Amino acid sequence: MTTELKAGNEKLNRLGLDKLDYKGRPSTLCSGCGHDSITSQIINVCWELGVDPQHLIKMSGIGCSSKSPAYFMNRAHGFNTLHGRMPSVTTGAMMANRELKAIGVSGDGDTGSIGLGQFKHLLRRNVPMVYIIENNGVYGLTKGQFSATADVGQKLKYAGTNELTPIDLCLEAVSSDCGFVARSFAGDAKQVRELLKAALSYNGTAVLDIISPCVTFNNHEDSTKSYPYGKAHEERIHDISFIESREEIQVDYDPGTTQIVQLHDGPIIQLRKLDEDYDPTDRGAAMQLLEEAHAKQEFITGLLYINQTRQTLSEIHNLPRTALADLPSEKLRPSKEVFDKLIGDLLA
Amino acid sequence: MSALIEQPIEKSERSDQPPIVNDFTINVATVNGSGSQTANATIIRALFKMGIPVTGKNIFPSNISGLPTWYTIRVNKDGYTARRDSTEILVAFNSQTADADLESLKEGAVCIHPQDVVLKDKANRPDVIFYTLPVKQFVKEANVDVKLRDYIANMAYVGVIMELLGIEPEQVKAALQTHFKGKAKPVEINYNMVNKAAEYVRNNLPKQDPYKVERMNATTGKFMIDGNSAGALGAIFGGVSFVSWYPITPSTSLVDALNDYLPELRPEDENGKATYAVVQAEDELAAAGMVIGAGWVGARSMTATSGPGISLMTEFTGLGYFAEIPGVIWDIMRMGPSTGLPTRVSQGDVLKTYYLGHGDTKNICLLPSNMKECFEFGWRAFDLAERLQTPVFVLSDLDLGMNLWMTDPFDYPAEPMDRGKVLTAAQLKELQGKWGRYEDVDGDGIAYRTLPGNQHPAAAYFARGTGHNPQAGYSERPDDWENNLARLAQKHDTARTLVPKPAVDERAGAKVGIISYGSADPAVVEARDQLREAGIETSYLRLKALPLDETTREFIGKYDHVYVVEINFDAQMRSLLQLHTPEYATRLIAANKCDGLPLTAQFIADKVKQGEGKA
Repeated sequence: MTTELKAGNEKLNRLGLDKLDYKGRPSTLCSGCGHDSITSQIINVCWELGVDPQHLIKMSGIGCSSKSPAYFMNRAHGFNTLHGRMPSVTTGAMMANRELKAIGVSGDGDTGSIGLGQFKHLLRRNVPMVYIIENNGVYGLTKGQFSATADVGQKLKYAGTNELTPIDLCLEAVSSDCGFVARSFAGDAKQVRELLKAALSYNGTAVLDIISPCVTFNNHEDSTKSYPYGKAHEERIHDISFIESREEIQVDYDPGTTQIVQLHDGPIIQLRKLDEDYDPTDRGAAMQLLEEAHAKQEFITGLLYINQTRQTLSEIHNLPRTALADLPSEKLRPSKEVFDKLIGDLLA
Repeated sequence: MSALIEQPIEKSERSDQPPIVNDFTINVATVNGSGSQTANATIIRALFKMGIPVTGKNIFPSNISGLPTWYTIRVNKDGYTARRDSTEILVAFNSQTADADLESLKEGAVCIHPQDVVLKDKANRPDVIFYTLPVKQFVKEANVDVKLRDYIANMAYVGVIMELLGIEPEQVKAALQTHFKGKAKPVEINYNMVNKAAEYVRNNLPKQDPYKVERMNATTGKFMIDGNSAGALGAIFGGVSFVSWYPITPSTSLVDALNDYLPELRPEDENGKATYAVVQAEDELAAAGMVIGAGWVGARSMTATSGPGISLMTEFTGLGYFAEIPGVIWDIMRMGPSTGLPTRVSQGDVLKTYYLGHGDTKNICLLPSNMKECFEFGWRAFDLAERLQTPVFVLSDLDLGMNLWMTDPFDYPAEPMDRGKVLTAAQLKELQGKWGRYEDVDGDGIAYRTLPGNQHPAAAYFARGTGHNPQAGYSERPDDWENNLARLAQKHDTARTLVPKPAVDERAGAKVGIISYGSADPAVVEARDQLREAGIETSYLRLKALPLDETTREFIGKYDHVYVVEINFDAQMRSLLQLHTPEYATRLIAANKCDGLPLTAQFIADKVKQGEGKA
C-alpha cells in the first residue's frame, strides 16, 4: 500500500516512521512459533497504517502468547498483566484515556480457561481494543497440558487424549454480541494482515482468534492446531481486503460476488465471496456457520461477524476525549465554594 | 383498655425517683425489612437536633427481610459514643426475640411492646416497667395502604418514646421531613402515627420510669453522617475519576454514596462530558484489574470492597505493588473467616491486607477512626497512592461505614493534589530521553513513571509483574531482583514518613499505655475515663496508618504495659507491633474481642484493671 507512504521515501510511513520504529525486543519464543509470525504481521500492519505507537497500548495476560507484546513496538507502552485478567486492566486503561488504541494478545488458556469470564464481560462492555487470541490448543509454558480449545480426540505427549468438548472462542464472542469476530491462521499471512487492519479500524472490541501452531508441543500431523493441518484444511469463507478509503475501491466491483462493509472512520472492508454465500452482518448466520463447521470438523477462516451499532463503554459513560489523567486539578477537585455548600447542607 | 390494667398502680411510685437525663441506651428490636430504619433515624435526628449527643448502631442480619434486627441508640450527655452492653429502654417489636430481649434487661429497665408481642416472662419481671400498646389497632385506624402497614407500625414506638422521654414533637416532624425529603404525604402518614401513639401514652399510660431528655447545646456545629458517605465525599474531593466495584456488604453504600454525590459535586464539563466513570465489575478480580489499568494510565482510580473481595484482589495487589501502580482500595471490614458474619463488624483484615500479595509484599493501609478521618483519608489515599506508586488500602469497618456518627465539619483539603513523580514529554526531552522506570534517582526508593499517551518516543516502558531491571526490561538476574526488592523496601520506609502520624495523648504519671485504631477508638476514649476514676491513669496512642513509625516505638518504650485494643480474634495489630518493636514484644498485651459487636468501654476497662491487678 503505497498510499500511506510519505512521498519520496518508501521507508517511512505517514508519521515519518521507519518500520524499525515498530520493532520490539527479540522474541524468546521457540523458533518457528506461530506467535512470532503474528507479531511480524502486527508490526507490518501498524507501520503500513501509520498507527501512532505513542498512542498505542500493548496488553497481555500470562502465557507464551502474552509474552509477544514485548516483541513489537518498543515505542508503545505495554502491560503484561495477570493470567486471564488482561480484559479488566485494559478496560480501566481505556476508560482512563479513550484516545488510546489497544492491542491485546492472549492465548487459548488465558482467554478460554482462566480468563473466560473477563473475556465475556469485556465483550459485553464493548471496550475498544483489538483482542488477538493466539490459539494453539495447548499450554506451552507449563509443558504441554490441553487447553479448553483442544478438539475432542486430540493427543498430546504428556496429557494423553482430550475427551472434553472444546470451547469455540469465536462462538463465545458472537454470542456476546461482540461486533467484530474473525478467525484466521498464522500460516495465512495475507488474511491475518487484512483482518488486523480492519480490526484496528473498528470502534469496539474486535476479536481475532488466530490458530497459531505450537511447534514444540502441538504441531504433529494429526493435531487440528498444527501447520500441516491448517495448510491442508483452511477454508476461507471469503477473500478479505482492507481498503483505507472509499476512493480506492475498484470502480467495477460486482455486488453479486463482493460485499462492502464501510467502517465508521471511512475505511472499507471488501469481502469477495468464495464458494458459499455468507453475510457476516447476520449474527444468526454466524452462529450457524460456526456450529456447522464444528459438526463437520471444518477449519473456516475469515470475518465471521461484524456489527457496528453498539456503543463503546466510554461512549456509554459519556467520557471526554481528554484523558482522565490529563484533567486539571480544578476539574477533579470541587471548589471550596462547592465544599462549603455541601457542609452547609449537611449541617441543615 | 387492657394496657392500663396491666400496669399495677403501685409501680407509679417509681416516678418519684430522681430523673435520669440524657444518659441511657434504647434498644429497638424489630424484624429485618420492616422499615424500622426510618423510625430509628427519626429518633436519632430529633435527639441530635435537640443538641443531645447521640449515636445509632444497627445490629442487623444477613437477610432481606424476616430475620431479627436490633438498633441501639445511645444518648449520652458526655458525648460518649461507644456501644454499651446494657439497655435501659427496650422496644420489643419482634416476637421472635422478645423473650430473650426481655431476659437481658436489668432491674429498672423499660420495655415498650405491642399487645400482640406476648412476653412469656412478663409476670415474673416486676422489676421492669412495661408500656403496652395496641399497635394493630393504631394501624387499622390509620387506614393506609396494606404495603405501608408494617412501616407505619414502627412509627408507634417513635411516638411512645417521644412522649415518654420528652422529645420535642417539632423535631420529630422535622426529622421526618428531612428523611422524606420534604414530601408531604409520607410525612403526614408517619407523623399521624407518631401522634396517635403519643396521645395514647398521654391518656392511658402514666409515666413510671425515670428516663428523660432535656435540650442541650452539645451538637451545635456538628452533623451526622455514616463513614461510607464520608469516605465517598473524601474520594470526590480527592479528584476520583475512575471507580470500579462489585457489590458486597458493608461496602456497597460507599459506592452508592459516590453515585449519589458525584453528579452534584462533579457536574459535566463545558462540553457536556463526564469527568469520571463508575463501572460495576463482574467480580472483585475485575474491579481490582480495572483500578490497576486506570491507575497505570494516570486516572485517580479506586474500588470499595470487604474481606472476601480483598481475598480476590490479592493477585492484583501483588501486581500493583511490584509493577508500582497507584490505586485506592477501601476495605469496609466485616467478620470472617469465610463468609463469616457478613453484617457484623470486625478489624480482621489488618494482617492480611498489610501483607496482601504473594512473596514479599507490604501495603500502605490507612486506618480511619472517625468521620473526619474517613473524609480526609478519602482524598489523602490518592495522594499517597500516586506519590508512592502503589495500591493504598483504607481499612474502615462496618461500624464506621454503615452507622450514623456525629462529627464536626470536615476540612477542605489543605494541600493541592499530589500527582507524584510523572515525567511529561517535555521533561523527557530535557533528559534527552534518558530515564529508567525503576531507577531510584532521588534516593527515596520512588522512581519516575510515564503515562501511556506520552508523545515522547522514549516515554514507553513495559509494565510487568515479572522480574525487571531499573529500565523495566525483563530480568532474572539475582542482583536485579535483590536490588529491586531492596528499593521497594526503601520506598516502604519512605512511606513510613508520609502516612498520617499516630494521635498521641500522654498523661502525666501514666504507667499504662493503650494502642488502638479504627472503630475501637470511642470505646477506648470512654474506658480511659473509667480507668482514671478507678485510679489507673493511661496514655493513648491511636494508629492512623501502616507502616508503623518511630513515634509508636517511642510510645511503647515509655510504658510497662501497653494494651492493644482491637476487634479481631488473633490480636493482629499486636502481632504487627511486636514485629515492629521486638525489643518490647512482651510489653504488648492483647486486649482484643471478636464477637461481631462493636467494643464496649466496659470490656476495655475490665481488661486493663485485670492486667493491672485492680479488678
